[in-house]
This record gives sequence, C-alpha cells and structure tokens, in this order.
Amino acid sequence: MSTVVFKLSGASFQIVDAKESSSGASCSLLQNAYRRYFEYIFPSARKQGHVKKKTPASAVSELQVWITSADTECDGFPNVTSDESYQLSVDSPVSVLKASTVWGALRGLETFSQLVYEGEYGAKSINRTEISDFPRFAHRGVLLDTSRHFLPIKVILANLEAMAWNKFNVFHWHIVDDPSFPYLSRTFPQLSQQGAFHPYTHVYTPSDVKMIIEFARLRGIRVVPEFDTPGHTQSWGKGQKDLLTPCYSGASPSGSFGPVNPILNTTYEFMSMFFKEVSTVFPDAYIHLGGDEVDFNCWKSNPDIQKFMEQQGFGTDYSKLESLYIQRILDIVSSTNKHYLIWQEVFDNGVKLKQDTVVNVWIGNKVEEELQKVTEAGFTTILSAPWYLDYISYGQDWQKYYLAEPLGFKGTDAQKKLVVGGEACLWGEYVDATNLTPRLWPRASAVAERLWSDKDVRDLNDAYSRLAQHRCRMVQRGIPAEPLFSGYCAYEYKGV
Amino acid sequence: QYLTKSVIFGTMEVKTSSNSVRFDKQRCSFIVLIMFFSLPAVNAVWPMPQLISSSTDRYPLSPRQFIFQYASGSSAKSGCSVIDSAFKRYFPLIFVDYLKKTEKHMYRTFSMQPMLNVYASIHLSFPFSVVDKLSVSSGQASLRAKTVWGALRGLESFSQLVYQDDFGQYFVNKTEIDDFPRFKFRGLLLDTSRHYLPLPAILKTLDAMSYNKFNVFHWHIVDDPSFPYQSSTFPGLSSKGAFHPSTHVYSQTDVSRVISHARLRGIRVLPEFDSPGHTQSWGKGQPGLLTSCYKGSVPSGTFGPVNPAMSSSYQFISRLFKEVASVFPDPYIHLGGDEVDFTCWKSNPEVRGFMQKMGFGTDYTKLESYYMENIINLTKTLNKTSIVWQDVFDNHEKVKETVLHIWKGSPAQIQQELSDITLAGYRVILSAPWYINHIAYGQDWTTYYNVQPLNFTGSEQQKSLVIGGEVCMWGEYVDATNLSPRLWPRASAAAERLWSDEKTTSSVTDAFPRLTDFRCRLLRRGIQAEPLFVGHCRHEYEGI
Repeated sequence: MSTVVFKLSGASFQIVDAKESSSGASCSLLQNAYRRYFEYIFPSARKQGHVKKKTPASAVSELQVWITSADTECDGFPNVTSDESYQLSVDSPVSVLKASTVWGALRGLETFSQLVYEGEYGAKSINRTEISDFPRFAHRGVLLDTSRHFLPIKVILANLEAMAWNKFNVFHWHIVDDPSFPYLSRTFPQLSQQGAFHPYTHVYTPSDVKMIIEFARLRGIRVVPEFDTPGHTQSWGKGQKDLLTPCYSGASPSGSFGPVNPILNTTYEFMSMFFKEVSTVFPDAYIHLGGDEVDFNCWKSNPDIQKFMEQQGFGTDYSKLESLYIQRILDIVSSTNKHYLIWQEVFDNGVKLKQDTVVNVWIGNKVEEELQKVTEAGFTTILSAPWYLDYISYGQDWQKYYLAEPLGFKGTDAQKKLVVGGEACLWGEYVDATNLTPRLWPRASAVAERLWSDKDVRDLNDAYSRLAQHRCRMVQRGIPAEPLFSGYCAYEYKGV
Repeated sequence: QYLTKSVIFGTMEVKTSSNSVRFDKQRCSFIVLIMFFSLPAVNAVWPMPQLISSSTDRYPLSPRQFIFQYASGSSAKSGCSVIDSAFKRYFPLIFVDYLKKTEKHMYRTFSMQPMLNVYASIHLSFPFSVVDKLSVSSGQASLRAKTVWGALRGLESFSQLVYQDDFGQYFVNKTEIDDFPRFKFRGLLLDTSRHYLPLPAILKTLDAMSYNKFNVFHWHIVDDPSFPYQSSTFPGLSSKGAFHPSTHVYSQTDVSRVISHARLRGIRVLPEFDSPGHTQSWGKGQPGLLTSCYKGSVPSGTFGPVNPAMSSSYQFISRLFKEVASVFPDPYIHLGGDEVDFTCWKSNPEVRGFMQKMGFGTDYTKLESYYMENIINLTKTLNKTSIVWQDVFDNHEKVKETVLHIWKGSPAQIQQELSDITLAGYRVILSAPWYINHIAYGQDWTTYYNVQPLNFTGSEQQKSLVIGGEVCMWGEYVDATNLSPRLWPRASAAAERLWSDEKTTSSVTDAFPRLTDFRCRLLRRGIQAEPLFVGHCRHEYEGI
C-alpha cells in the first residue's frame, strides 16, 4: 500500500468485467456482487443518478474484474477445493481485480470495498495498493443452531452477509437437534409437523432452504447441513414412531426415549430415505452426520438391545453398537455420493471410518493431542474447539479466539496439511434472533482472520485497531456488531 | 362476556409538574396472600404483585368496544397528561394484534357479538398508599390509585393480565390485586459516556423499564471517555469532550425529551455528574479544571482528577450544577465521587502546597473529603439532595444528608457496608449485586433474583434506610448494538426483587416459567429481550 491517494466518485465509479475476462453479463453472481459492493462503497449513492462524467486524473473510475480461468464457476457451487485467491491492483484511473474463478473475485471485491475510506470532506478515497491474497485454510465456517431456538430466515441471511464480509465460506447449519426439528422434509413432513416448535411459524420450508443456499452461493459460501444422530434426536421421535430407543425402568418401558434405535431395520430404511432427500436438497458435497454425545444408558436399559448386543458378541461395550450404527449411516450417506463430517467422539470411540471422513474436533481439553491423533490416523480434520462463541465472558474474549493456533500441535507437515480449517460455533441454548448478531460479531471476525490470514499475523494491538474499524464498518452496513471496548463509530447502529 | 371499560377512580393526587417520588421512610406491612391457579397467564404479572387473587372465570375483551375512562369520582380527569397518554399507550399494548391490517377482519367478526357487562376492579395505590386493593369481577374493570404514578403501575399490571387464546381472542380473568412496591427506589443505570447511546435506544429502555415497574433512570451521562451532555453554560465541554460534537451529543431538546418520556412512564431521571475522578473528558473543554500531573518537577502532559486546590474549580462546578439543577427536575443529583486516584494529586506541587496549607498532612482522603464536602454543600444550596458512591463514606468523610450508593464488594463485604452505612444513619441504594454488564455463560439471572437486599445485621430502623436498588449497565462493552438483549430480561429479575415481597418470590423455579412468559411479552412489545434458555416464543423477534 502506498501513500498515493485516489478519489472515487459515486457518480462515475463503476465495477465492470474486464475485456479479457472469461466472465460476462450472463454471470449474475458477479453482476449482483458488483451492485452489492457498489452500494457498500457508496451507501448514499443509491438514489443519485449515475452519470458518466470525465473523472479527474487522481481518481479511480473503474474496477475491472478479470476472471482468468475458462471455467468461471459462475453457476456452480463453491467447494472445499475452490480457488479463492485473487490479485488486486488499485491504480488510477483503472483498478484491476484478477482471479481465476468467481470465488476469488468475491473475496477481492470485499477487500476492495474495505480499502475505500472516507477522506477529508467526506470524499471516498483509496490508496494505491497491490494485493495478492489467498486463504490459509480452505474450510472457514460458522455454525448456527436452529434447533434450540428457531432463527427466522432474515437473521440467517443477515449473518451470511456478515460472513462474506469476513471471508467465511462455510455455513454449518446445525438444523435439528433434541429441542426442535424445524427442517420441513418432503419425504417425512410429520418430522417438523410434530417436532418443530410450531409446524408453520417455526419451520424451514424447502423454498426457505433453497433461498438460503442460493443466497449463500452468491456470496461464495457453502451450506453444510448437519443431521446429528444417533444422539441429539429427541425431536425426531415425535414425528417418527419407533425411531428412538424406548428406555426401560426395570422391566417396563419408562415412557422416555433415548438415541436412535440401532437394532431395527426400519431405522435404516428411514435413514436411507431421509438422507436421500437431504442429499438432493443440499448441493454441497458434504453432510455433517454429528455422532456426538451418545448416552448409552437408555440402550443399556432396553432388553431388546441387550439381546442384540449378546447376539453380536459385543459384550457390554456399547461403543461397538454405536460403531455399528455409524458405519451403516456412513454407508447410506456414501451411497448418495456425499462425503461426510462427524464430531470427534466417533473417531475417539474407535468407530471404523472411511478414509475420506472429516473429523470435527470440538472438545475443549487436550485439543492438540486430539489433532495429533486424528491426523496421525490420516483423517482430514476441522477445528471448532477453541471457538465456541456461545461461551461468553466479561471483557475482550476475542483476543483468545484470535490467538488460537490451529497448527500448534506436534506433527509432520503431512499431518498439518490434513487440518483443512476451523469453525466458529454459536450454539443456541441462550441465543436467538434477539442476541445472535451482536454475540457473533465481531467475535467471529477474530476467528475469520485466524483462518484466512498468515499464521504470523497475530499482533493484538494491530488487530485491535483494525478490528474496531471493521466492526464499525459492519455497523454501517447494517449489522449490529457489538463494540470491542469503550469508543465510538462515526455511524452508530440505528436500530434499537 | 366482554370487559369493556377500565375505569380509574379514587383519590388521585395529580402531580404533573415533576415526577418526583419522595424517599419517605414509611413502610407498609401487609398480610400477603397469593393464590395460584394452574391457568396460564393468570399469574403472568411481572414483577409479582404484593397480593393477587384470581379465579378461573374469564371474560373476553373486545378491542372494538374496550375503552379506558376516568371514574366519575376521580381527582384526575381528562386532560391529565400522564393518564391520557397512558391510555393511548396501553391500548395497543393490551390488544397487540389490533393495529395489524391482516387481523382487523377478525375483530369485525367479534364485534358482531353482543356486548356483555364485565366488572373488574383494580384498586391500586402507589407509592404513598396505605390501602392497596385490586379486584376483578363481573361488570367493569376499575383501577384505584392515590396518584397517577400508582395508576401507571396498575395499568401495566392490567395489561399483563390480558392474554390471547389460540384463536387470538383476548381474555382477562377475574382478578383482585393489591399492590405496592417493596422499595421506593428501583433504578437502572445507563452509561452514555463509554459508548454514546442514540436517543431511540434510551427511550426504548425507558419503555421496557415501565413494563418492569422500574422508576428511576440513573443517567451516568458523562465520564472519562466522553462528555455527550451539551451544556448551555459550557458548550465547550461537549464540543471538545464528546466523541463527536454534533452526532454524539445530547442536546437540551434531547434531554428534555428523555425527561418527559420518562415522566409519562412514572420514571425519574437522576443525572450523574461524577467528579472529581472519572472526568478526563471534562478537561478537554475546560482547561485548568483537571489537576496537571507532574513527572518530577515538570508537568507530564497528562491530567488527573478535578483540581481541588483551585477555587476556580468550585466556581465552575457551581455554575455547571446550577444548570444541571434546572435542567433535571428530580430533587436528587448523583455526584459520583468514586475511584479517585491520588497519584496525580500527589505529584502536583500546587496540590501539595494546598495540603500543607489545609493541614491535611499526607492524607489525601482528607483532600477528597474537602472536595466532596464542598460540592455536596453546593448541591444543597441548589435545593437538591446528593447521592454519592460508597467510596465517599468509606473514606470517612463528613457526608451530611446524602444518600450512599453501594457498588462494590463480596457478598459479605456488601452486608457489612449496609450495616455500617445504615448504622451511621444514612439512606442507602444497593447496586453491587446487580452489575449486569458483567456477563457469564448460562442463567445468571438467578443470581440477580436471589439477592436479599435486607439480609444484613441491623435494626428495623436500619433496614428502613435501604431505600432501594439499582441495576447497572456500564458501557465498556455495551452500545446500541447489544444493549437491549443484555439488559432484558436479566434486569427483570432485579425488578421483581425490588418490587415484590421476598417471601413469595424466593423460588427461582417458580420464577422461571413466569419470566419466560414475560420475556415473550417483552418481545411482543418490540423489546429485544434475550431468551432464558432453549425454547420459543409464539412471536419471535423479527429484526436482526
């Protein structure tokens, strides 16, 4: 970045396809992005006319976006191997953003918009700058939990927007869990009919889901759905009789239910049909299958399961039963041509996993040991443990998230390559639409920088001033991102 | 049967000139009978009334026919600004769907039904009342209160008694309520110095406060980081000391809007101009006010607390407070007085010279006392009573006729402080257990709920000196982006502790479902109140 300053005029500046670009007017993903970023740069210019005037010599009149690869991927979905790198050259009168695919162009547009600042007398200004950029990790996710509290579509969309400003590229949608089942399944509509908090006002219809996926795609964000089984499934049981294990109190059923019943063929028939639907609804190559916190007490209490354990020769090792269940689920999901992620317990419990399984590390203690073990076994992994943003505390906890180093464990280079990214998790026990956004931002922005930027970018003082600015930018763009500490933004949040 | 009228009658002392509520020492003792019914919504009133009895008989209410009316015997009559505007405010709070276009049709259908007489009487008095009664039986609803302030509390209770069934029809159960607050001072502190809070955020908070029967807005308006109060006497204070001289200030119009919004809701506005510490922002617009700190024999360029050795300091404070006293009608002013750092005073040769002249030796608490005593006296000459933070008492200063405000310490230390302060005969406000800017994972509202303000060693006389408590939302990490969900419903827990009888509200388990319902009610009224735990509201928050 140099000290040479150019001006930008809302009346004449435009974002256009470069002549050499393989992308053109037919790529609505980019055309939408041009409009979006123009409005971020000139928030008040929306109603002014756009007249092509002769621009002064010291102005940037055009940002040319140049997609270099023959396949722009404009109409595709981002995936874990998407090329998000870009080169940005800010100069007068023309600035150039070069990227091999639209995904890199989106990241570059975000960067360009962040380089623009309000100079003296309010003039939009930008310094001469050369940027060559690419992400450190391919999987940079945010988990939202729509089961413990229902999140209206609007909230999800707003947060996808904020994710794009932070170069996050995965929305891990923990869509169902014990408390409610808001996913409206075409195949099994009774799941949400019975299992949602409300069958109409607290559900995601197929068109809602479609809208969220497309909104995310336009911002280079993958939507990875999680359908967590066999535990965390209380809400499934309401609409799907006999799916869950009846727990026993002594010799008779207690009336309560445990995890999915792993000994019935009907269970696997249901799961086959269900995941067949899920695999067509969600275009991403991955499905998160959960597998965490399976409580064996109910299984232990059930005489049919005891008998099954005996038949299988499992003795009293219920993790073997869990293994059996998980392996069948993995097979089912494999047959739909999807890859899968699972929570770390599945690995910890010694379930035989296919080599392409991605292990999601979430347990807060012995994180480095776990990463070491998982990668030693040759599995790809995603780290969530240091970034449970639902755990709030007084003060500047963003610093702790910022300093967490995903590759700090002992291991070979090959092992470290297996860590493909991380996720900020905002579990929903205490979070709904009323407090989600300020609780997530800018705390998740600290995670975003850890996952995108070079590992040596870790100076807290430098980060503080940039992050304080970034949060004001988010506020100005309409997201109620909470403050880092005492101070102010030129444009405060106007909502109440 | 339709409940069609809510009539206010009784002996109303209408006070429209100021919203002052006196700190009288009168304590009411009542036999409290609470009857619980298994019906939902019946005991939905938060904070819990002192006495409520309700039956399963319920009456429908029609928004097309319901009217508020002054009772013929009422001393407050049409034209009483507080009650007139409360009628207007409470109608849509009671009939939450009424103004929605889509649902108008529904009521048209209902209005075809014959009107039925319902008599509901709500006798309610506050805050000087001796007799407090509420009853709902067939006929019409009536609300009895001695003053308009009591009527406001009663209207709030009434609005919370109304609920909707699955078809959207409004109902109220036959109910009798006798109610009055346990403590006279039920405050909430907002800090507009560490972050500027835009006016709508303050007004919205006042709305939510009235739903919780809070009655004091403690406006910690200025502090070290910024001075947003636009003084007409000293405009330089905000033009230099605010974060921004035009966008981050409270003009005189803004301040009077806050005061009148609060007054209409029965809320006092207690301004705090904290000195001699916490005044960094004052120094920017008032050169010479703060103590110049020294490094060795030369000024270091930094500044400390207000310079107590200069008579110009007192002249300045006197003029500023004269303005403050006329701008804010409340008879109390909070003078702060907390966390005075003596290091800078010690470094300054003038201050040291003054210490010597006054014979204070090296005891800087004496200098602090001297300063506080001066400004307390100065406040008194303006016919205002001072409230100061506990530090002023702790430092053994002569504090006459002030109210002390406890803000720090472990539970044991707080109890000791309460004992000591009341033994010395001072009135006291408790905030220490309610620093709700300190957040933690989980249901921390239970800690705020479980506070026992009068659980300290002392006589009945001493306990009567505890005039109330205050929830504090300091601003280090709070601005308009996160204020509301951080305040509500956590502050509601303290609201019940300060209003209701402790014996009938001692169980967190009983409070949980009521507070969960109340939180949904707040949401329905547009207050961004966060969830207590897993679950849902029929109408979720629709913003982002």
